[in-house]
Amino acid sequence: MGSETGAINDKAPAIKMVGVHKWFGQFHVLKDINLEVEPAERIVICGPSGSGKSTLIRCINRLETHQQGQIFVEGVELTEDVKRIHTIRREVGMVFQHFNLFPHLTALENCTLALTRVRKMPKAEADKIGMEYLEMVRIPEQAQKYPGQLSGGQQQRVAIARALAMKPHIMLFDEPTSALDPEMIAEVLDVMVDLAESGMTMLVVTHEMGFAKQVANRMVFMDGGEIIEQAPPSEFFENPKNERTKLFLSQILNH
Amino acid sequence: MSDVQTYAPGTHPDLPPPPNEVGVLAWLRQNLFSNWVNAGLTLASLALIIVIVPPLLSWFVFDAVFSGENRQACEGAGGACWAVVTARWNQFFYGLYPSDQTWRLNVVFVGLLLAVTPWLAPQAPFRRALVWFSLAYPFLAYWLLAGGLSLEPVHTGAWGGFTLTLVIGVTGIAASLPLGILLALGRQSSLPVVSMLCVAFIETVRGVPLIMFLFMASNMLNLFLPQGVQFDLLLRALIAVTLFSSAYMAEVVRGGLQAISSGQYEAAQAMGLTYWQSMRHIILPQALRTVIPGIVNNFIALFKDTSLVAIIGLFDLLNMAKAIVTDADWQGLSIEVYVFAGIVYWIVCFSMSRYSLWLEGSLDAENKDAA
Repeated sequence: MGSETGAINDKAPAIKMVGVHKWFGQFHVLKDINLEVEPAERIVICGPSGSGKSTLIRCINRLETHQQGQIFVEGVELTEDVKRIHTIRREVGMVFQHFNLFPHLTALENCTLALTRVRKMPKAEADKIGMEYLEMVRIPEQAQKYPGQLSGGQQQRVAIARALAMKPHIMLFDEPTSALDPEMIAEVLDVMVDLAESGMTMLVVTHEMGFAKQVANRMVFMDGGEIIEQAPPSEFFENPKNERTKLFLSQILNH
Repeated sequence: MSDVQTYAPGTHPDLPPPPNEVGVLAWLRQNLFSNWVNAGLTLASLALIIVIVPPLLSWFVFDAVFSGENRQACEGAGGACWAVVTARWNQFFYGLYPSDQTWRLNVVFVGLLLAVTPWLAPQAPFRRALVWFSLAYPFLAYWLLAGGLSLEPVHTGAWGGFTLTLVIGVTGIAASLPLGILLALGRQSSLPVVSMLCVAFIETVRGVPLIMFLFMASNMLNLFLPQGVQFDLLLRALIAVTLFSSAYMAEVVRGGLQAISSGQYEAAQAMGLTYWQSMRHIILPQALRTVIPGIVNNFIALFKDTSLVAIIGLFDLLNMAKAIVTDADWQGLSIEVYVFAGIVYWIVCFSMSRYSLWLEGSLDAENKDAA
């Protein structure tokens, strides 16, 4: 189980959630969540809005605090301890629905800030790594532009590069394409497919079922704060077991 | 219709605009004479300028006297008697500072210009060296002003005029911004004790006039200090002005902090930045940028409020002007003296205002349309 030293152990499960509960005031938003994610596994979490899927992944890097149960990231248990939280956040990258790029910094500076400040890397080295990842997301030519000068799809790709530049072991995606114009969704999903093929551990909250079928090892369906059903995509889409899963799939697929 | 040329689709050339849409005449017509009301207003304004400006100019410049030993030099002149300003120039600027030591104040002025350069113009050359200089500057300036260490000591009671105004204004500005930022951050703190203390300080200070602070600083402090402890009057005024201004600054900064979306905090946290790192690199640069007009507004107000120290007996620019007005040699010249003091205040405040406009413009250009 979790090491009490607080040191990262990459042989342990990437993420392990045991009996996690969370409330917003009186509202019981996560109910007895048990989820284990192996290294290099790619999980797609789906479910109706308000089902707690974003809250679930935000608990993993402690943007939200859980009130009951245990969460382990690479063997380190998330507690109040600020040092541990920082240790875990360095290993977990996150991509947000609204990109959350820093508007006063260029695309490249967005990618290098954490390298120079958190990893204490010299600027030249950080710039080199930042450019590598901007190339990986196919926009090295935008490095010197500010987020406000980029399209939504480009901003989200910079956000992915920014998260990857820290060389995290785990990537969390919180509805990465929901705020994008339709013609820009593909360019972001392409980058995510590349990333999946590179062996990254990924947890993706999305409604892009095409993407899910293509890259997921496992689908997790949530409703009302509970995990209702978990299955490999083939089984999940062809042969869902739970009534609520069937209803949800019929709602999003029959168009 | 016959003279209108038609072009095949895709071959239309760029044509010049019609002649009555460009040029000086078009500008006049569009801006000054666009309709009868507008034309009337233009002519009326012109008439007003003709009535007011020439007499003002002759009072200020053409009929004015610029030099002289005393009041008699201006006898018979129709304009202003600026002789009082030239004769008392040193008092306006250096107060009662020993006249053989005023070179030290000149060095302080020049040093100040150098010290603010790296903050006002980040693109300036030698920035690193200048930043170090500006960090050392307060100590250097204090040494030059107060003396000691081989310089002749000058007691703060002798500091006066524009020098004193500048000392209080610059110290207040330089200290109240960081203090205001800390108060604003403290007010947002998740620790109830910290946030309550900050709120209590801010609300107390904002609810009380500055003059009362100055009175308290000059009179009441003695009640709390043990017998015989001397606490420099200027230092008390500096503390009062700084604390007063920092409470206002805190509220301006808070406005900026509230304009930052929670996504920025979350992104910074998710990257593993500590609280102070995310404040320093993510939140404050954006928050302060959005409230530049408010911050500069506070600076300007603070600079003018320095004139209130006159009531606790410090001889700042305005109090010095008042003293000069009552001088037997120059009696009856209050208009000239106060107009001159007003112009000095105005130059400093207007410069700050223009600088803030320029800064906003240059930051906007840097990331236009920033989302």
